[in-house]
Amino acid sequence: MIGIVNYGAGNIFSLTSALSRLGLSYGMINTESDFHQYSHIIIPGVGHAGAAMEKLNHTGLVESIRNLKKPVLGICVGMQLLTSHSEEGDAQLMNIFPLETKLFDRDLGIKIPHMGWNNIETKNNLLFEGIENQTQFYFVHSYFIEYNAIFEIATANYGLQYSAAIQKDNFYGVQFHPEKSGAAGEQLLLNFFKIKQ
Amino acid sequence: MESQSNDIFIRMLSKRIIPCLDVKDGRTVKGVNFVDLKDAGDPVELAWQYAQQGADELVFLDITATHERRKTMIEMVKSVARQLNIPFTIGGGITEIADAEALLNAGADKISINSAAVKNPQLIADLAKVFGVQFVVVAVDTKLIAGRNMVHLNGGRLTTEIETEHWIKQAEELGAGEILLTSMDHDGTKQGFDCKLLDRITKMINIPVIASGGAGKVEHFTEVFTTTGVDAALAASVFHFGEIPIPYLKNELKKHNIPVRL
Repeated sequence: MIGIVNYGAGNIFSLTSALSRLGLSYGMINTESDFHQYSHIIIPGVGHAGAAMEKLNHTGLVESIRNLKKPVLGICVGMQLLTSHSEEGDAQLMNIFPLETKLFDRDLGIKIPHMGWNNIETKNNLLFEGIENQTQFYFVHSYFIEYNAIFEIATANYGLQYSAAIQKDNFYGVQFHPEKSGAAGEQLLLNFFKIKQ
Repeated sequence: MESQSNDIFIRMLSKRIIPCLDVKDGRTVKGVNFVDLKDAGDPVELAWQYAQQGADELVFLDITATHERRKTMIEMVKSVARQLNIPFTIGGGITEIADAEALLNAGADKISINSAAVKNPQLIADLAKVFGVQFVVVAVDTKLIAGRNMVHLNGGRLTTEIETEHWIKQAEELGAGEILLTSMDHDGTKQGFDCKLLDRITKMINIPVIASGGAGKVEHFTEVFTTTGVDAALAASVFHFGEIPIPYLKNELKKHNIPVRL
């Protein structure tokens, strides 16, 4: 069963709806003692990374998350929270990935937010099994995770190359929204659930 | 050379095709003419059909005018969010933070505000602050009055003293995440989008723009994507009546090297 970290950062109705459609059961993680009930953990998130981190800190769940050995998937801002720092609100984050979350640079001639369907270059990874390389996913964000060859499992190009998905041990993060990315996004959620501890 | 390589990167973001559905009392209105629809008035079934056809996003415009509007709308948004695996925007009658919050919690990805923002521009900033700019679409209805593009309200019936370009610039500064620009002069004519205005607007601002009003044939979509910097094109009747099937449209756009999601 999938546990969703419930820290109040944005709407999760679309995510839970997607899980229901896929027949994946889920529950909410509100306190540390909830973790043991779940085999897979999702950290959702939309909005302001600094504000989201403040809320997450408030739950007291950060150390438990950092110590998890179960598969963890951060989505959008939930992925950014796994990095060390965000320029959004100059926020110190969970530092599971020693990476920086940065604001897109207008001088690259791009519109901000990056909004819409963008193709990604995927590496051979369980998360993307059965998903063709260069498939398009739905993105909505103004901040991005700097490209890093060690952790990246998918890259996107928007003015520059950046990490669309990252992995470190049992921790996964995707910048796009699988719950809004059509059939490919649903496949990704199913793949995540298949990842063994 | 540098601008060329940047261009290639930017072009990896697909141009979006967005069907717009009018909703009244939780039911879609305007004749919709899909052959395989069991219930053409059911927004959920219609939305699902569009997603299957390859629509990139949907816009629901609520034209309900009763006291029950908010409740019925929230119920509809929830039903749509349960079934739909692509993003959707809700517009119509949103005047305060509480409206937006209820829609967000029901699963809407974005909200679109129009008259309420013109009457109270601070609403844009407030919504952006609470929910993030990505949640806030500012819809602008424009019409030429004595050679100037002026903002119109109430579906084009009410002329304001505000110049369209000025208002859009202000909306961007206040925190709009996207502009949905409808040309009332072109809307319903099926003679093509207002490419001249859209070109000026997209050069002037740095947030995504959705073109609306005037789509009649495939060439109009090709034209708006090749001659202006818009990110998306919205239409209603050409999709509802099956005049332009979305898979066909996208294939045609692709032939013109316009990046689309197939």
